[in-house]
Amino acid sequence: MSNAKDDDAVAGPVPVAPVPNAPTESGPVLAADGTPLKRSLSRALRRQKGRALLLVAPLLIFVLVTFIIPIGSMLFRSVENDIVSNTLPYTVQRLASWEAESGNLPSEDVYKAMYDDLFVAAEAKRHTRLGSRLNYEQTGISSLFRQSGRGVDDLAGDAADALEDAVPAFGEGETWYALMDAGSGEGNTTLLSNMRDRIGRLNDSAASAEMDFVPSAEIAAVLPRTARTYTEWAVYTVTEDERNPAERDPWELVSLALLEELPTADLSGLSAERAALLQQAQAVDFNVPSYRETLAEIDEEWGTVTPWETIQTHSSKYTAGYFLNAIDAQKTPDGYEWQPEEKQILLTLFGRTLFMSLMITGSCILLGYPVAWLLANLPAYKANLLMILVLLPFWTSLLVRTSAWKVMLQSQGVINDVLVWIGLVDDANRLVMINNQFGTIVAMTHILLPFMILPMYSVMQTVPPSYLRAAKSLGATNWTAFWRVYFPQSVPGIGAGSILVFILSIGYYITPEIVGGTSGVFISNRIAYHISSSLNWGLAAALGTILLAVVLVLYWCYDRIVGIDNVKLG
Amino acid sequence: MANTSTDAAFVEFERVQKSYDGVNLVVKDLNLSMPRGEFLTMLGPSGSGKTTCLMMLAGFETATHGDIRLGGTSINNIPPHKRGIGMVFQNYALFPHMTVAENLAFPLEVRKIGKSQREEKIHRALGMVQMNDFAGRRPTQLSGGQQQRIALARALVFEPELVLMDEPLGALDKQLRETLQFEITNLAHDLGITVVYVTHDQTEALTMSDRVAVFENGRIQQLAPPDQLYEKPENSFVAQFIGENNTLMGEIKEISNGTAVVQLDGGDLIDAVPVNVTKVGERTRVSIRPERVEMNKDRLMPGAKTLKAEVLEFIYMGDIFRTRLRVAGSDEFVIKTRNAPDQERLTPGTQIEIGWLPEDCRALDA
Repeated sequence: MSNAKDDDAVAGPVPVAPVPNAPTESGPVLAADGTPLKRSLSRALRRQKGRALLLVAPLLIFVLVTFIIPIGSMLFRSVENDIVSNTLPYTVQRLASWEAESGNLPSEDVYKAMYDDLFVAAEAKRHTRLGSRLNYEQTGISSLFRQSGRGVDDLAGDAADALEDAVPAFGEGETWYALMDAGSGEGNTTLLSNMRDRIGRLNDSAASAEMDFVPSAEIAAVLPRTARTYTEWAVYTVTEDERNPAERDPWELVSLALLEELPTADLSGLSAERAALLQQAQAVDFNVPSYRETLAEIDEEWGTVTPWETIQTHSSKYTAGYFLNAIDAQKTPDGYEWQPEEKQILLTLFGRTLFMSLMITGSCILLGYPVAWLLANLPAYKANLLMILVLLPFWTSLLVRTSAWKVMLQSQGVINDVLVWIGLVDDANRLVMINNQFGTIVAMTHILLPFMILPMYSVMQTVPPSYLRAAKSLGATNWTAFWRVYFPQSVPGIGAGSILVFILSIGYYITPEIVGGTSGVFISNRIAYHISSSLNWGLAAALGTILLAVVLVLYWCYDRIVGIDNVKLG
Repeated sequence: MANTSTDAAFVEFERVQKSYDGVNLVVKDLNLSMPRGEFLTMLGPSGSGKTTCLMMLAGFETATHGDIRLGGTSINNIPPHKRGIGMVFQNYALFPHMTVAENLAFPLEVRKIGKSQREEKIHRALGMVQMNDFAGRRPTQLSGGQQQRIALARALVFEPELVLMDEPLGALDKQLRETLQFEITNLAHDLGITVVYVTHDQTEALTMSDRVAVFENGRIQQLAPPDQLYEKPENSFVAQFIGENNTLMGEIKEISNGTAVVQLDGGDLIDAVPVNVTKVGERTRVSIRPERVEMNKDRLMPGAKTLKAEVLEFIYMGDIFRTRLRVAGSDEFVIKTRNAPDQERLTPGTQIEIGWLPEDCRALDA
């Protein structure tokens, strides 16, 4: 329809053709071909930008995949808490309406849901994991879960035995499959996909395996719990065991559910074969006890409010629990409170990390400033030699340097030996210089010193010596000239070096680990412990996040006070 | 006793030598005496030792040998901050982390001068350089000329009797330089301060100074007021270094009564003033200023010797004409004539005759 458009233009008042590049009174500046200059420019630049992006793309992708995404997911672990609702989905759902303040135990319904959840979790061997998670919040709960996992199949086993004794056909997997599978009848696909989802979340993996089984809609309507537990089992068997459910006996939990539901079930809507089979089973005399009593029998803890409160408190998908733990606090059913005295360690560690990092930064400034000054003011050939000495540590392995300090500082080490030999120190009272804060500060000051000297040096290089001369000619003594004129101009270098050294030392790991002993370790050593030994990754992530936040806050403060533009690294 | 110091001498260098490496002397046997209130410029090519002399006076370098006296007392062992000498640096050396007012307050603060007095002095010093409106600015917010004014004010604010300036106008453009030259000279004379000024710009030296010391190779080649320096250079270095100069090589034929007859290499004979030539037969470099060359025979003394010249190039420069000639075998002989209404504009190829007053023609060392 472009012709019509042109016609319109001609038909209307003939517009004066805009002269390209002529400054029009209003509207955008036009390029030679009549397109707006801005668009024309951006089009011209797009190609360039595209090419530049293409060049950096490999690095960008590499950094994204190997650095940003892993760090992001690690930080996310500090608030992630879906293990409770994934492992105990029905319990969490029913427990939501329970009021812990009332002091009453939860209803039988909750106990029943807990029994089902525990049974499945124990079969999938996920209950101990949940136990460890909740144990961070309430000590002792992990043994409750371990205990319960062992005892939970007793009742269901009895039920299965009773059913099989009465109707031997239920000892065959095929019987069950025929009963539960939709076959040619109507299937309940919603139930199936829900259960696939549930088992997937329980196992932290998508249950994507192909399966033929579809729960029968009529059975699901008449015997909902039986159908549900059987479907859970079927999905689990296919995805985790990779076996055909038709050839396997289902969990005993299914028998228990069936026996519990049958007496009140209305079998009239079922197909004749199913009804016949179930009528036989209806005759089984099995007295289903109270689930509350059953669980309390396994572990009497279940008969108290405590575990329920804990589960309810920590059942949400996201938690501040790890962060609270990271600052020695915890969320209890009664609100937030400090951890018991003997468990409080992390705040002290944070404080120590900050204190020692400040000490290290301070000693680096004191030791590095004169060296940087010399570097900046010596003649070139001497300065080069000195620079090599400054850089020498960079060419030596960090581990070697740290170990060397161990050799130097230990009680039978070089320094102590010399002091004893001189007679300054008694042989019996050798100085303790390692495996404490002193050792860490000495070794780390040495290791981080170049990071302080180099930025200072690069800033001092830019301060012309004529400033000092001017100050002296104006009547300032050497000290005044230095303090009032030279020092203020070297502050950006001190700032840059301090930021570098402080940030490096606040997250340092190897050196404190080797020379720090117990009193000289940093928060990073605690993070490493939680990552590799206690496997409490959530807490490790929370500690790491706090560390990152502290560094960012300090950085921000520095920017406000000194100005990041003043930082010169070269 | 060969003591050059007089009662009037304020700054004195006596037999001062300076060596950095123990092999070469940067300053060789320097003797200099300055009365109070003088504006003395040390002029010379780079590496001639002028800045070293200034630094020795300021106290940033120590003399290897000799004595430097200020107001009659030797200052060799006085540290720079106790000498009370104001100094202006080439790169201004204004403290970038202080405002203009703080920069000026610095020398007063270290002298423990009270706040009210301090403010008054700062105000006065800034007034001297017309920079009172800029007291709150930082040096980086000022232009080069403004920075130099502040540097000057800072060197003057504590009222030193002696101010040293180390190529203070080197980084400025020509126009600004000329304005500041004028201002600095006036200020120095108004305040009655003694100034030692170092530069390698001869125009600056000539226009500003009471006396100029021309440095070369660690020695003062000539120490004289600007007019003498220009008109009566004492050796060929000074003659070459200061202003434009025509030189002709020749040999002394005769010396008598303060005049010498020089036979140029082309064979022509000319009259000249013997300056540092003594013997007949000595090689000499004859120097004549371009503006002292006369091509109008009527203006020459009767009997004055003239030379034939061929016009090679005529350059119109506005206020003057610059004509390049071939004279006595040299193609680089230049004459300058004023752009006066009756002044002839020569065309290349013209043959003319040129001459000069004998006292304008100086026979110097070869």
